Amino acid sequence: MLGLTIEQIAYLFRGAGWTIVLSLLGFVGGTLLGLPVALARSSQSRLARALSGVLVQVVQGIPLPVIMFVVYFGISIGGFDVPALVAAGVAMTLYAGAYLGEIWKGCILAVPRTQWEAGECLALTSTQRFVFVILPQALRIAVPPTVGFLVQIVKNTSYSVVINFFDLTYSAKVINNSTFRPFTVFTIAALIYFAICFPMSLLASRFERRLHRG
Amino acid sequence: MSYEFDFSFLDEYLPDLWHGIWLTLGMTTASILPGFALGTLCAVGRLYGPPWARRAVVIYVEGIRNTPLIIQVFWLFFGLAVLQVRIGPFAAAVIALVINVGAYTAEIMRAGFLSIPKGQIEAASCLALKPSQALWSVQLPQAVERVYPALVSQFVLMMLATSIMSQISAEELTGVAYMIQSFTFRGFEVYLVIAVIYLVMASLLRLTLLGVAQVSFPRRRRLGTPL
Repeated sequence: MLGLTIEQIAYLFRGAGWTIVLSLLGFVGGTLLGLPVALARSSQSRLARALSGVLVQVVQGIPLPVIMFVVYFGISIGGFDVPALVAAGVAMTLYAGAYLGEIWKGCILAVPRTQWEAGECLALTSTQRFVFVILPQALRIAVPPTVGFLVQIVKNTSYSVVINFFDLTYSAKVINNSTFRPFTVFTIAALIYFAICFPMSLLASRFERRLHRG
Repeated sequence: MSYEFDFSFLDEYLPDLWHGIWLTLGMTTASILPGFALGTLCAVGRLYGPPWARRAVVIYVEGIRNTPLIIQVFWLFFGLAVLQVRIGPFAAAVIALVINVGAYTAEIMRAGFLSIPKGQIEAASCLALKPSQALWSVQLPQAVERVYPALVSQFVLMMLATSIMSQISAEELTGVAYMIQSFTFRGFEVYLVIAVIYLVMASLLRLTLLGVAQVSFPRRRRLGTPL
């Protein structure tokens, strides 16, 4: 088929499976890191804001492939032989955590001030105020940009090719090296990525329209 | 854990690092203006063009924005090699970056054009400007001014994205790092240094582009209104 054998196509799909695994790892890890970052970024404490701000600035100012290398070599100097999946997963966690934290900070701050004040008037403690008043409203605002960022996560897992993690990009590279049919191989790879990302893009923009309609 | 940090490679490989920095910056600056022009053209085509042009732009923008840059780079670079077109990694990298950043710029500029108040366009036609004149001297400057911060962020992201061009053997900063690492076996230190260099370059690029805005936006210069 298209000059590729069934095995070679299956190999690409196996890579696509690992792309999805790494994306999920990145999203789950990014959520675990992003939540505290968002809280720190929007907190009253100046120290917490500054520290989390530095983390976000640093991660956003370094290319993801370089983060992957730093994590990859960083873990291995401890004497551990790390699988590429772990290094890529940690790097994706750092990357997604910084961006999600910044996105969610915006969502928390987008809840009108009067909501905080109303919570205070009802004699809620600051934890109660946050959990029962602010969070539900912030979550509603957060859905469209979070789904939009999922697309970025899926696309950026492709950078793990620099530490030779076996994902869709890596498998496409391998197949291209053995068949030398770049247009076929990379078009198939691009279509698979597109098939994963485009529905999420559509979903994100639909959520956004719905949010604006109120 | 007792690990001895060793940064002595810095002395020996400093010229290589400079070379990588220049190539990264060269790739970035070579891509910014063409990418901006392509994106603006696509935004105009999407908003005011004939139906076929609108559809073509949508396909281009969504196709690029929903696939990874690295696949686009491989497609172009290895594809051209099969077609016997030899343009070298630097040119291939710049072409891929322009095509890639053009799609993102198109969306940003479209938002910019859409945010211009209708009164501006009506005023332009009252002054007997042709639609093309209104577009060039009324809408375009205002659109750029409004979305300039978003454009700056996009170009900084593009600069960071050049770090994968070593995959097609362009010897930019990350490629140089890989070379040093393979000679010295000091991967962690090498990439820490590289990370710091990228951080500095990202800040400098952002400051430079914002400085360009200070000088080039007349309203900003005269009235001091924020971007």
